[in-house]
Amino acid sequence: MDADYQLIIVGGGPAGLSAGLYAARARLKALLIEKGAAGGQVLTTDRVDNYPGFPDGISGFELIDTMTAHVDRFGLEKRFAEVVRLDLQGQVKTLFLDNGEQLRAQTVILATGARPRNLDIPGEKEFAGRGVSYCATCDGPFYRDQEIAVVGGGNTAIQEAIHLTRFAARVTVIHRRDELRATKVLQEKAFANDRIDFIWDTRVQAIEGDEDGVTGLHLLGKDGTGSTLPVTGIFILIGVIPNNEMLPLDQLESDEAGFILTDTEMATATSGVYAAGDIRSKRFRQIINAAGEGANAELSAEQYLAGQAEHT
Amino acid sequence: MASDKVLHVNDSDFDTTVVGNALPCLVDFWAPWCGPCKAIGPVIDELADEFDGQIQITKMNVDDNPATPGKFGIRAIPTLILFKDGDVVDKITGAVGKTQLIDLINKAL
Repeated sequence: MDADYQLIIVGGGPAGLSAGLYAARARLKALLIEKGAAGGQVLTTDRVDNYPGFPDGISGFELIDTMTAHVDRFGLEKRFAEVVRLDLQGQVKTLFLDNGEQLRAQTVILATGARPRNLDIPGEKEFAGRGVSYCATCDGPFYRDQEIAVVGGGNTAIQEAIHLTRFAARVTVIHRRDELRATKVLQEKAFANDRIDFIWDTRVQAIEGDEDGVTGLHLLGKDGTGSTLPVTGIFILIGVIPNNEMLPLDQLESDEAGFILTDTEMATATSGVYAAGDIRSKRFRQIINAAGEGANAELSAEQYLAGQAEHT
Repeated sequence: MASDKVLHVNDSDFDTTVVGNALPCLVDFWAPWCGPCKAIGPVIDELADEFDGQIQITKMNVDDNPATPGKFGIRAIPTLILFKDGDVVDKITGAVGKTQLIDLINKAL
């Protein structure tokens, strides 16, 4: 059974696009499959200030647009489709698409990324898009002069809290610990911003609302004190979970949270299969990591293909 | 490539173009500052070509047209609302995949 492609990359964020760039330049017969909005989580970032080469910062969308233009320049084949299942065993891997089509590849790079974690509290699903948001860049302008909350204490939460002060009258950051995980530059900015308040050592227990949307939050402090906070919007920015539903986890190794384990060269437990970007099990999820891992995964795939060619 | 089959609608022609359309209409509420909205643009264009003649695909910029998004309670974008005979059939919020958008469109066909 012949393969349709030497390499198929699943996912069109920074990891997938970097892998695609290297593959196109290596003149591999390669395909990048993206299910919808290429760019993934980066798109929801208002401003990327930590990607080298852009001293004035760049919006998440522009960064992805630039990366896409870059792979297009080298003629990478791309396609909008959803991969629903993969069989990664054997020399030829099979990818099953949602339209019933099957694609075969000698190597696969998994760059499916991650998505925002939910709080899993009452009201969250009910009021999604009506006061509950996971994207400050998208929805911030709908909260002009209103009082809103941000849940979380990492880089994303703090960066977006600062962004939201451009619209909202007041932004209250609710964090379950008594200090932020966000990088110092962001902490300094947030503490200096008089439109941002902090509620420490506190969890959100429920989201309340009426037919117009969210009206307030039920909070519970570490010391057991309950309270309510009247807000019209809540931005939930508490980390990510892996986009692994389509992956055959029995053919791969994953960590407790479901992120894919690789060696230092991005190889997974299955030969010819690599993982890069946020789907990889690792400590730090940054755009620059994702891009670097994408390049590394492609180079590993190339080396594997060269080895295969020698044996035939 | 932007599809010429996608119509840009505004507050003043919404009733005639969308509500009064003989075909089912999908309205993509978007704004230039919304990365995910712009990123699903190419998918919307592909759908406009693939479902040409079966459904009218339209876009509304919520910055320039505050009345219609307000009327439909939109507080998050991208939001895609499917209309048939002037009524809302269903809607999706967020940058979903092409498959989910096809599933949405099929509800009006």
